[in-house]
Amino acid sequence: MAIRINGTDVALPDDARVSLLDLLRERLHLTGTKVGCNQGACGACTVLVDGKRVLSCLTLAAQADGLDVTTIEGLGANGLHALQAAFLDHDGLQCGYCTPGQICAASAMLAEVDAGMPSYVTRDLSGPVMLSREEVRERMSGNLCRCGAHNGIVDAIMAVAGGRVA
Amino acid sequence: MTPVSYLRADSVADAVRLGGGESHRLLGGGTNLVDLMRKGVERPATLVDVSGLSTQIEDAADGSVVIGAATRNSAVAAHPLVRTRYPMLARATLAGASAQIRNMATVGGNLLQRTRCLYFADAAGSRCNKRDPGIGCDAQGGFTRYHAILGASAACIATHPSDMAVALVALDARIHLASAAGVRVVPLIDFHRLPGDRPDVETVLAPDELIVAVELPPSDVAARSSYRKVRDRASYAFALVSVAAGLALDGDRIADVRIALGGIAAKPWRALRAEAALRGGPATAAAFARAAEAELADATPVPGNEFKVPLAKRTLAAVLTELSEVQA
Repeated sequence: MAIRINGTDVALPDDARVSLLDLLRERLHLTGTKVGCNQGACGACTVLVDGKRVLSCLTLAAQADGLDVTTIEGLGANGLHALQAAFLDHDGLQCGYCTPGQICAASAMLAEVDAGMPSYVTRDLSGPVMLSREEVRERMSGNLCRCGAHNGIVDAIMAVAGGRVA
Repeated sequence: MTPVSYLRADSVADAVRLGGGESHRLLGGGTNLVDLMRKGVERPATLVDVSGLSTQIEDAADGSVVIGAATRNSAVAAHPLVRTRYPMLARATLAGASAQIRNMATVGGNLLQRTRCLYFADAAGSRCNKRDPGIGCDAQGGFTRYHAILGASAACIATHPSDMAVALVALDARIHLASAAGVRVVPLIDFHRLPGDRPDVETVLAPDELIVAVELPPSDVAARSSYRKVRDRASYAFALVSVAAGLALDGDRIADVRIALGGIAAKPWRALRAEAALRGGPATAAAFARAAEAELADATPVPGNEFKVPLAKRTLAAVLTELSEVQA
C-alpha cells in the first residue's frame, strides 16, 4: 500500500477522497504540481504515472497505489530538464503557473511520439508518426496557458523534439 | 465530497459481488465520476475500482475485435488493429478530451459517462430532471449550445458527450454485460435510452451489471471511414456536431454505408434514415445532401441551438463527400 513518488515510497492516505494532486501538494509539500481548475479542464496538475501523463486532480491517490509517479520535481531532479531549459530559451511562459504541467505533458508527449502514437490531426493513422507545429498544438491541447505563451511553448517543444520533426 | 470507501475488483466476479447496490459506483479512470463526486452530483458510499479488469484487445477467430472494458482510450486509439481496420474509431477516440484524459479514461466508463449539461453539473444552483427526477429543467430557456436537436423530450435536452461511442455505434458494436446470471450481449444502438419522461435512466444496464467488453464485428465499410468533429475551438472541446461514417463503394454506387452523429442527442445517434436513403444509390453530392435532409427532418432545436440543424446536415454531407473521394 504505497505510491512511489519521484523514487520514494509514500503511504496512501487513509481518506479515499484525497486526490493525487492534494496528496502531492498538501501532504508532501511537492508544490511544483499546480491546482488550476481542479475539474479536468486545464492540465496544470499534469503528472506522470508509470510514465504516462495524467491529471492528478481527477486521480484519487488510491488509484495510484503501487504505481510510479513523477512530478516536475522529479523531472528536474538532476539539474534543468531539456524541456525546462528550452521553455526558458523560447519564452514558453509568462506567469509560470501552467509551466510544470506543460513540461510534464510535453515530456510524455515526446515519448508517445517515439511509441508511434497518432493524434487527431495525423493524416495517415497507420503510418509513421512525425511532429509538426500542428501536431504539437493538437497533442498539447490539454494544457491551457492563460497568459498566451502557446507560441513559445510550441517553439520550445520543437527545439527539443529533434529528429521527431518531419 | 462526501466520505467514500474504496475497493478494488480483481476479477469480473469480484466486481459483480462488490459492485451491486444503489450506494456503489464502479470506478474506471475517474475522469467523470471523481469530478461529479466533487460537485456533489454523485455521492456514492463505496467506489469499486474496475480499472484492473480486462485491457485486452483481441483479434477473434470470427474476424471481430473484442476490446476489454478497462482498456484506456489512448490504448484503443494506438492499437494497430483499430488503426488499420477501424480508422474511424481511432480518429473518434483521438478527438475526445485531451491526451491526459485519454490515458485515464476507460472504454466502459466512456459509454457510461454522464452528460456535460451545465445545469446537470450545477447541483447547488440549477434544476435538472436527470439529477432530481421531476424537479424541472433549467437548460430549457438557458444556454443550449451543447444541447440536443434529435430525440429530446420536454423533461431533458441533454446530449451524450462521447466521441468514441459515435464511431462504435456506427460500427455496429455490441456491448458485453456481466452479472451474477452470466454475460448478455446488447447492440450499442440499443444500450443508451432516449430521455422521454425518465432522463435519469440513461441505459439498459441493470443495477447488478457491468460492461466487460465491447465487440466490433467485421465491417465492409470501416476501411473507408472517418470521424469529423466540429467544435468551438480546434481541440479539447466537446462536439457541437460530429459525424462518424464509413462507405463501401461498388463503382460509383454505394454498396453499403454506416453513419452516426454526435453532440446532437442523448445517445450516440445512428443515422439509419440517411443510410437507408443512400444504400444502393449513387455516391453523389446531391444524394449525400438528400440523405442529410432525411436524417434531420424531425429535428427539434430549442432557442439557441437552431444552428446545429444545418451544421449537422452540412457536416454529414461533407464527410460522405470526402470519403467518396478517397482512393481505395
